[in-house]
Amino acid sequence: MIEVRDLHKAYGKRKAVDGVSFSVDEGEIFGILGPNGAGKTTTVECVAGLRTADSGAVRVAGLDPVADHDRITRLLGVQLQQSELQAKLVVREALELYASFYERPADWRALAERLGLDAHLDVRFAKLSGGQKQRLFIALALVGGPRAVVLDELTTGLDPRARRDTWALVESLRADGVTVLLVTHVMEEAQRLCDRIAVIDRGRVTALDTPAGLVGRSATARMISFAADSPLETAELAALPGAAGVTIRDGRTVVTGTDATVDAFVSLLARRAVTARGLRITDTTLDDAYLDLTS
Amino acid sequence: MASTTAPVSATRAVLRTEARLFAREPASLFWVMVSPTVLLVVLGLIPSFREASPDLDGRRVIDLYVPVSLLFALIMAGLQAMPPVLAGYRERGILRRMSATPVRPAALLTAQLVLHAAAALVSALLVIAVGRAAFGVALPRNPTGYLAALLLAVAGALALGAAVCALCRTQKIATAVGTAVFFPTMFTAGVWVPVQAMPDTLRRIVEFAPYGAASRALDEAARGGWPSLLAVGVMAFWAVVLTAAAIRRFRWE
Repeated sequence: MIEVRDLHKAYGKRKAVDGVSFSVDEGEIFGILGPNGAGKTTTVECVAGLRTADSGAVRVAGLDPVADHDRITRLLGVQLQQSELQAKLVVREALELYASFYERPADWRALAERLGLDAHLDVRFAKLSGGQKQRLFIALALVGGPRAVVLDELTTGLDPRARRDTWALVESLRADGVTVLLVTHVMEEAQRLCDRIAVIDRGRVTALDTPAGLVGRSATARMISFAADSPLETAELAALPGAAGVTIRDGRTVVTGTDATVDAFVSLLARRAVTARGLRITDTTLDDAYLDLTS
Repeated sequence: MASTTAPVSATRAVLRTEARLFAREPASLFWVMVSPTVLLVVLGLIPSFREASPDLDGRRVIDLYVPVSLLFALIMAGLQAMPPVLAGYRERGILRRMSATPVRPAALLTAQLVLHAAAALVSALLVIAVGRAAFGVALPRNPTGYLAALLLAVAGALALGAAVCALCRTQKIATAVGTAVFFPTMFTAGVWVPVQAMPDTLRRIVEFAPYGAASRALDEAARGGWPSLLAVGVMAFWAVVLTAAAIRRFRWE
């Protein structure tokens, strides 16, 4: 559905995007994750045809977003960072206006209800809170009944409840077969929603995998921790296969490593016939994996 | 221009929405639609302005202030009201958001031009009507010539505002430049001294400015003749040059 090949874009001398490639299947929720200034927004702006790439190819449903801009706008919904509406336009008018731009628009009333905007239909844009503006822009991205949608920092400014509701809305998009390109730096959001994630750092894709795959590929996928009073030596633990590090913090010994580390640790306990008090084995989160991939 | 493939109803919806928003700006409405007539009425209340003056070919000061007030409406619409709106739409990403829809953001700009032109024309007609009803100012003797001159003047007024907006990157700068250009346009439109009452040399110079030329063209049509080729030529020149500058230099973001 969306294909980006070797995309380059520089602003003056600064390379914002430096050879990004990925492809998004129809009906997939594809995440773009990365630190501020990594080139995420520039990438999706090229996908939406709002910027012209210096080189490389972008196709959405087989169309060039710049050359076929008119047709792209009919099938691609966009929620951008840092855009506004006319200050005195009320929510209802904004939804009606944008719905009138499309041949087969979605039901804007249902969308407004879904996004909790139904109580604010007569409020002027300038009087909306940050979260309400954000939800209005999500509604505007979806009001055309798009086949694909670009959501740039979807839940920025939303309170926890609105965030959950918005995630549920995105999940329902998947159920409808809508392709979603999601820019985020909220790990929980990426982990929960995305089928696959591209991690972008300094204009390049540094990893592309499923959320579980990203966590798994990191050198520190598992974390073993237990009370520090066990007879096990730090050197002994560090020598376990796949072990990435041994630290003692807050009275607990923490060993990071892979599945192999966990297996070896369990047999080590059995062999030495010792127990590790308060033993916990946890998966590292996408957060840890992300830091690992972008550092 | 709106995309040719966008539904006509969408372009119309943009115009309707912008008209509603226009109606929600009381300050703009007052300055464009009401203040020119207020200016005329205030001047008309001065008794000596209602007396024929030999210095003005037997005309009264108030006779000269009908076209002045009318041009004042055009200045307000084109230079004071419109540029901050257009610059704000660009600066706040409103044009950009619209460029991600099937409707081109040019539809927004077009709607704003149409609305400010309409407001200026309505205001101009109000000035003429009040001038006739309250002070007995004669209606233009050559209505066709007068209307043509008026329309050309409106085109020039909007082109000037659009050029200011195109050449200024931010709303703040556009407002500041608009104000800086405002005073010379007021002078050349004859707000302080009507163009026809200016000393000959000064008048000839002023008539090369867009509003000075408009003043002359309106005056000629009001007296029953056709606007002179020179006045029309000067107006057309400015309208074309300013429009070209606006189109060439306008940045969408």
